[in-house]
Amino acid sequence: MRALPVGDRALLIEVATGEEAEALHAELLRRRATGELSVAEMVPAARTVLLDGLDAPSRLAERLASWEIPPVPRRAEDVVEIPVRYDGPDLPDVAAHWGVDEAEVARIHAAAEFRVAFCGFAPGFGYLTGLPREVPRRATPRTAVPAGSVALAGPYTGVYPRSSPGGWQLIGTTDTVLWDHARVPAALLAPGTRVRFTPVAAA
Amino acid sequence: MTDRALAVVRAGALTTVQDQGRPGHAHLGVPRSGALDAPAATLVNRLVGNPTEAAVLETTLNGCSVRPRSTVTMAVAGAPCPVTVDGRPAPWGAPVRVPGGALLDIGAARSGVRSYLAVSGGVAVEPVLGSRSTDLLSGLGPPPLTDGTVLPLGRPSGAHARVDVVPHPAPPSELVLRVTLGPREDWFTDAALGILTTRPYAVSSASNRIGLRTEGPALERSRAGELPSEGMVLGAVQVPPDGRPVVFLADHPTTGGYPVIAVVHPADLPGAAQATPGTPVRFVAVRHRR
Repeated sequence: MRALPVGDRALLIEVATGEEAEALHAELLRRRATGELSVAEMVPAARTVLLDGLDAPSRLAERLASWEIPPVPRRAEDVVEIPVRYDGPDLPDVAAHWGVDEAEVARIHAAAEFRVAFCGFAPGFGYLTGLPREVPRRATPRTAVPAGSVALAGPYTGVYPRSSPGGWQLIGTTDTVLWDHARVPAALLAPGTRVRFTPVAAA
Repeated sequence: MTDRALAVVRAGALTTVQDQGRPGHAHLGVPRSGALDAPAATLVNRLVGNPTEAAVLETTLNGCSVRPRSTVTMAVAGAPCPVTVDGRPAPWGAPVRVPGGALLDIGAARSGVRSYLAVSGGVAVEPVLGSRSTDLLSGLGPPPLTDGTVLPLGRPSGAHARVDVVPHPAPPSELVLRVTLGPREDWFTDAALGILTTRPYAVSSASNRIGLRTEGPALERSRAGELPSEGMVLGAVQVPPDGRPVVFLADHPTTGGYPVIAVVHPADLPGAAQATPGTPVRFVAVRHRR
């Protein structure tokens, strides 16, 4: 674990793996809930957690070294289920990359249990880990990916909350609303949330 | 609609509703947003007797025109510019009483980029996650104003300030940005670190509320490969593959995959909001960690 100063008020804590980053994030959340840690923003990412709005970043950096970080807690809470029609335009490419047929891509995706490792890119866009295989981004990003597109890139899967440009491989679509600022909470997928995709027949 | 409203007659190049933004949601991918020149937004609110958190209008380069439906107090500050009410000159940087139906016009900035308009009672569009700010990156908050937009106003809460004069910000002829190196300065060559802190850059016309883009010598990386996405702070100096540093402003993405070579001191960011394209930029290292 390495704590890198970011300006005067923030720390970027870097660990070796995505699993460790999730575990560290869970521990930081726990310590914030007890009042031991005061921080304005806590942003987990692929291998890091950013803590922004700290009064004494260097003091926290010293304390961190002695922390015991338990593995990612396997929470008993409900799994968010997202119904998917596996009808994406990149299904053939993903199938070719994995050396399987298209139905098998859907089966692999729907069989996995995912967890939101971190968010970013757009409000409500979660980077979900748990995909047993990787897939490259598209060589040329699309200028407009429709809202509700279920997509793959690298080790992640995700769902576009709204129409935006994007370079992920589109394998399906969902009607589930990922982001609704009038809803509490606005984001369906927050870091740590468990997610499963359930196949439904194409309309 | 009640008469507590403001009609936008001329929206200008880019006029948005801004308050102090929506910090605290970065982990959901939500940018902080908020007025780029926060001290100017605070000042105009004080001039009209609003609390600091009231929403104001932020213009870009060529101002805007608005017509209140009832008599209100307004104030304009930030980038210095002509202000008129029904064509007659009105003071900049002071509260102005504008009768219902009269037209307040904010002209083109004489220097600087962004002027701020506060209206007594504040702009009362529906807040999203506790803020009324327009976020251009993710589309939260009200869209940028267009001609004919009608904005609701809140109830005035206090008496306007009695002032004779307010500090006149001199928009920078040179933008000096104090930076602390890191967190990813080790992704760059020693030569690149030297270039960043000694060579002149200039504000690029591609700058916006998301980032202050610069033109100047490219910063060379010492390592290839991709940085896994990581959290980004306000003021981060991110270096994309073209090697030209970008300073992240209020609507910046919450995570990113290009290395951050340094972070700008927060006190220098309002100046960045007012630097016109072509303005020389100098990055000054205030601390070397290694």
